[in-house]
Amino acid sequence: MPRRTDITSVMVIGSGPIVIGQACEFDYSGTQACRVLKEEGLRVVLVNSNPATIMTDPDFADATYVEPITPEVITSIIAKERPDALLATLGAQTALNAAIALDEAGVLAEYGVELIGADIPAIQRGEDRLAFRDVVDRCGGESARSHIVHTMDEALTAAKDLGYPLVVRPSFTMGGLGSGLAYDEADLRMIVGQGLHYSPTTEVLLEESILGWKEYELELMRDSLNNVVVVCPIENVDAVGVHTGDSITVAPALTLTDREYQKMRDIGIAIIREVGVAAGGCNVQFAIDPVTGRIIVIEMNPRVARSSALASKATGFPIAKIAAKLAIGYSLDEIPNDITRVTPACFEPSIDYVVTKVPRFAFEKFPAADDTLTTTMKSVGEAMALGRNFNESLGKCLRSIDKSGVQFHWEGEPWSEDQVAEKLVEMRRPYETRLVDIQQALRAGATVEQVHQATWIDPWFLEQIEYVNEVASALATAPTLSEDLLRLAKRNGISDRQIARLRHMGAAGEDSVREIRHALGIRPVFKTVDTCAAEFEASTPYHYSSYDTECEVAPRTKPAVIILGSGPNRIGQGIEFDYSCVHASLTLAGEYETVMVNCNPETVSTDYDTSDRLYFEPLTFEDVMEVYLTELSAGPVKGIIVQLGGQTPLSLARRLEEAGLPILGTSPAAIDAAEDRGVFGQVLQDANLPAPAFGTARTMAEADAIADRIGFPVLVRPSYVLGGRGMEIVYDHPQLTEYVERALAAQEESVATSGSAVLAAPLLIDRFLDNGIEIDVDALYDGEELFLGGVMEHIEAAGIHSGDSACVLPPVSLSDTEIARIGTSTEAIARGVGVRGLLNVQFALVGEVLYVIEANPRASRTVPFVSKATGVPLAKAAARVMVGSTIAELRAEGILPAEDATTRADNAPIAVKEAVLPFTRFRRRDGLAVDSLLGPEMRSTGEVMGFDVDFPHAFAKSQSAAYGGLPMSGTVFVSVADRHKRSIVFPLKRLVQLGFAVCATSGTAQVLRRNGIPCSVVRKFSSGRGPGGEPTVVDLINEGKIDMVVNTPSTQLSRTDGYEIRAATTAADKSIVTTTDHLGAAVQAIEAMREGPYTVASLQERVK
Amino acid sequence: MITMEPALLVLEDGTVVRGHAYGARGKTLGEIVFNTGMTGYQETLTDPSYRRQIVVMTAPHIGNTGVNDEDPESLKIWVAGWVVRDPARRVSSWRAKRSLDEELATQGVVGIADVDTRMLTRRLREAGVMRAGIFSGSELIDDAGRPRPEHEFVTEVKGSPLMAGANLVSEVTCAAAYTVEPSGAFEGKKPIATVVAVDLGLKDMTPERMSERGVRVVVVPAGSTFDDLVAALPDDGTPAGVFFSNGPGDPSAMDREVGVLREVLAAGIPFFGICFGHQLFGRALGFGTYKLRFGHRGVNQPVMDRTTGKVEVTAHNHGFAVDAPLDTVSTSPQGFGRVVVSHVGLNDDVVEGLTALDIPAFSVQYHPEAAAGPHDSTYLFDRFVEMMTRRTPVEVPEALTASSKNLPTPTSKEAN
Repeated sequence: MPRRTDITSVMVIGSGPIVIGQACEFDYSGTQACRVLKEEGLRVVLVNSNPATIMTDPDFADATYVEPITPEVITSIIAKERPDALLATLGAQTALNAAIALDEAGVLAEYGVELIGADIPAIQRGEDRLAFRDVVDRCGGESARSHIVHTMDEALTAAKDLGYPLVVRPSFTMGGLGSGLAYDEADLRMIVGQGLHYSPTTEVLLEESILGWKEYELELMRDSLNNVVVVCPIENVDAVGVHTGDSITVAPALTLTDREYQKMRDIGIAIIREVGVAAGGCNVQFAIDPVTGRIIVIEMNPRVARSSALASKATGFPIAKIAAKLAIGYSLDEIPNDITRVTPACFEPSIDYVVTKVPRFAFEKFPAADDTLTTTMKSVGEAMALGRNFNESLGKCLRSIDKSGVQFHWEGEPWSEDQVAEKLVEMRRPYETRLVDIQQALRAGATVEQVHQATWIDPWFLEQIEYVNEVASALATAPTLSEDLLRLAKRNGISDRQIARLRHMGAAGEDSVREIRHALGIRPVFKTVDTCAAEFEASTPYHYSSYDTECEVAPRTKPAVIILGSGPNRIGQGIEFDYSCVHASLTLAGEYETVMVNCNPETVSTDYDTSDRLYFEPLTFEDVMEVYLTELSAGPVKGIIVQLGGQTPLSLARRLEEAGLPILGTSPAAIDAAEDRGVFGQVLQDANLPAPAFGTARTMAEADAIADRIGFPVLVRPSYVLGGRGMEIVYDHPQLTEYVERALAAQEESVATSGSAVLAAPLLIDRFLDNGIEIDVDALYDGEELFLGGVMEHIEAAGIHSGDSACVLPPVSLSDTEIARIGTSTEAIARGVGVRGLLNVQFALVGEVLYVIEANPRASRTVPFVSKATGVPLAKAAARVMVGSTIAELRAEGILPAEDATTRADNAPIAVKEAVLPFTRFRRRDGLAVDSLLGPEMRSTGEVMGFDVDFPHAFAKSQSAAYGGLPMSGTVFVSVADRHKRSIVFPLKRLVQLGFAVCATSGTAQVLRRNGIPCSVVRKFSSGRGPGGEPTVVDLINEGKIDMVVNTPSTQLSRTDGYEIRAATTAADKSIVTTTDHLGAAVQAIEAMREGPYTVASLQERVK
Repeated sequence: MITMEPALLVLEDGTVVRGHAYGARGKTLGEIVFNTGMTGYQETLTDPSYRRQIVVMTAPHIGNTGVNDEDPESLKIWVAGWVVRDPARRVSSWRAKRSLDEELATQGVVGIADVDTRMLTRRLREAGVMRAGIFSGSELIDDAGRPRPEHEFVTEVKGSPLMAGANLVSEVTCAAAYTVEPSGAFEGKKPIATVVAVDLGLKDMTPERMSERGVRVVVVPAGSTFDDLVAALPDDGTPAGVFFSNGPGDPSAMDREVGVLREVLAAGIPFFGICFGHQLFGRALGFGTYKLRFGHRGVNQPVMDRTTGKVEVTAHNHGFAVDAPLDTVSTSPQGFGRVVVSHVGLNDDVVEGLTALDIPAFSVQYHPEAAAGPHDSTYLFDRFVEMMTRRTPVEVPEALTASSKNLPTPTSKEAN
């Protein structure tokens, strides 16, 4: 059926901030949807609160609302825009939940908006556990035995029937939030308690354990004619018990016969039809008993899901794009296959390679968190790699993770028998580095059977790892590196660096291995992802490397610009960098052939539509070199862009330049200058700019000396990190000693040089500026002229990582003089360092003094936020500067406006960026939430933007978008450090005037009462319940009697009572304010919210 | 220690690919084709249609699930040679009885591993299928123990027989007739219909798909005469029909079978044909057949059933196709009335099914028995049962019978 003609405008809802389980794969799907709908001539109205997304670029929709995804706000947008249809299946659970709420509230009916791509009953059937069991029954499938419960008592009764262990799954939550495995009644009480809370329907499913079964996932698509195709079977290497998002997965399925696969396919197809996914995609998860082959349907998502992005990248079949086309009426056979162009999308991809996905975790950011992998997703990102066999793709994927400790290694002596025995017990529990431990156990002589018994990982995968060990052992013992052996090693995914280590070739070993390899003619070839295993010609250059014989890269005449992406998402390096890379590619296309190199399947940059050529490759020196050499033999290469993808590509810059690659933009020397405190200090001195006193230390003695010189508190961190990894505020010598000892220990682990008391990378020690106003600047410099892109004023005082701190643009409390000073200081730094492209500078304003905290000559996390707030495409302009354009030229072309951020229009809209933190995801081993206290180490996964005419409204929106909003009334509990007591008086007075009740612990209560604020006293947690059973504050929070908590820590080390309060608040999902600055902003926002509903405006209206 | 024996894959065009010996050692010659199925190697190996063909599997890992006793489609492996990239070193499946490597060796099937199968596939896609040979073990050296020069292998390949014109059915058909009784829910019951199935290279799943629908299937060898078929049919007026199976070789070399089929059609006996049987049906109606450049072999081919407008994902294994007009109702040059192309391959517009409008007969080029492959097309067996019961032609919608161009047609593409 051709496209429907009764639809002329479509509203698309995005997925909001990046959170665990709902990350930038939904930017990829949403961007595809917007593109498709626009190409079809439809008016696209987009709602997404996340400014870091590419989909919220004003170019991708006709009206882009960066507004909170709440039913009230969307209702206002619908009333204003009057779309014909709503597409909610590409924005994850957030969009789907919003659509359900709008439907239930009658909004869709009132405004005549048709929900396309799915209908509400279908969503209910897919997501409601009980309804879905019936669906599975009718489809001839089997479900695990289970009971639905709504109360704890029901849960305990059900557990008696099912026995332990059993699986707990709350209904209608995303990313497995609140689910878990209960081994006994204590576990059950805890997990069910949380599950009932998180489920919007207070409903939890308890289910027989299928732990240890093989797990599979099918991605399916259905059109309005009832045609169904299975895009891809994905097999989890980790057995059932680990959330798919946290599992290592492969495509296609590698350990099933056709009979089993087809049975699964039949059930999947019956389910998508029975559920009635109207026109679009869904995924269905299966478990297969490895002993009997019994197949059980685990669950389905009646929408484009997280794994859809993976399946799209794995096969070249663009699920979201096709889903959008199906939603507006096309049938599968009418849509051409993008890659072959001559065959239709109504087919099932056949792939002639193996795809491996490995999750990336961030437990190092949450040391208190239990790192056991469960059915609640905990990973923050993932890498994908393609190879012509499993070992090649696995080896590439592990090095794509870009983290120490996750790759196979053969360092040191193999484990002793005792160690193996111990590890075999430990690895029954899944954890981040289990695969490396498996490799070590096999290396030390454990059998495949033993490891299989411990982990339930299919023996086929384990044997492959054993094969890698065999090859490694041959490499280690061979008298010389023969051609056959080297080729075998490369075909099994072993990197040059690993080979060098195996052969003890020393520091430059990797280069030597490469030289030998090249001399023997052992080079990877680049194959093409074509959806059809080469049956038809591919017209889309989407490549991956393999040690095979035929290279498929086509020659070209236009010069290429190679853009290095940012690799797997992690805290501190996420979608914001993908945004910049994609912008560079979009703007350079035409004049250049743009070549993207990246290994993150969730991103828009790895959409084969984004760049002229896509190389899905690890971002390591070895892999990037091979791409470069191959492209160089295909045609001229203008250069390589390393400054847009964050620290990952930046850290390769120096070596790439030394190897003769042309680095575009800021030179590696200049990048180093900004990182090197000595050189950078000189730049500041020459420009007469003050900086906090600092020093760099490689030893304990040096660290102590510096602290004595500059005085405590000090901010300590390792150099060359992003996102404040390992950054701490240190108040005294004992704390400093502990920090340096930890750094030395960490170094031993990663480089295995035991006993060294000298750090390879120095520590940076800065004087910490208490009470400064932190300011972030993004600017562009062409060598002559500076363009000040945006000045952001942090809402929290210094000491909280800029990535976790809310900020406002334009700055609301800075004077024009101060902004002018920021401009001239930034320019001086840009000139002094030698920037060509983007520069991010952090300042702290203490009194009258503007201190320079640090400068980073690269795209920053805030570039997309600044661009959305100001309407200036900074990343595009930066890419142009890197290939030689001047700011004056860009102004003349209209890419940059005449005025930059040194000028603030009086009526400029106010944008607030708020961070979104993942504390609800992480539990300690005792089951309590991890501490939500903010600090200098970044821990947020995503961000939202509140955009309005003034700060209170913008801030209120940012809170609604990030955390479901501040309370409009109710009870506020207050417990603050002594030094903060003075500054809370006015905000609390205002809250009381607004009708809030206030309660506090005795000390804070006294201060409030003396200031005329009525206030009740509650017991401290540490005091326990009173003689008459009087509740403590934690009890009150648990009982839902507190609507907002204001709790500032007395010192960085105070974690006793404060921790319990914050953990309870996190668990109860209530608003928490941990700084006084935030309190002031919150009170202003509550006042604004009480004035009435938010007014909405699109980016296109706000930023002309 | 890792050791591997060398093997050579030699193509008619002079291409020589080095790899490692897999399965039996020795020499094999045949037509080299590629199969894009990601599952189902055991079914592929035992499909008689692969007689005298060397099969390149595009899926890199082959043998992971070993070999079991339930999945073979016939009593033995029929492929002439086996080309894979990464053979399994270990079997993992609860149903596996032995490894594929052992099975190939036991059955004397010469294979080669560790070759760039994608390169081969691209070569075959561009140049078309061609003759090839795999050489390993003692075949690589001459009597004096020296390595044989490459040109000798190429000469040997060029001397092997061509597939065009080959009649291979007699090599794969059963020796004597046998009967498959109704099974499953119909076990022990009176058959709802009787089908005489001519074994041109029959796969086990085909009679099974009929028997599980309550049909009694009498399988007869190729070479049976019309009288033999009639003799096997019931004479009590109960529903009955004739079926022609898949099989290897060139349909244009099968005049005798085509003659028998014409007698079946002339007698008004309901007929259903699959693959080779479909090609013979096309020839019986008076259409030509031709060799595709590289054929369809895989389990992901989209086919539209134009009688319903539905697209099904289907299993294919064919190197030849019927040449019938796609967008009009044609008349059988052999006098069997009006014929419509009822199924079309969406990738390349190849005729994938024929339905006669005036006699009870239809056929499909692909494999609704789906072993290996998706089960989307099993409805065709129901269609056959219904046709036998009613003894009338398949009902098709008006749109298909009007001799205009308003058939649901995919956008036209160049055929192979």
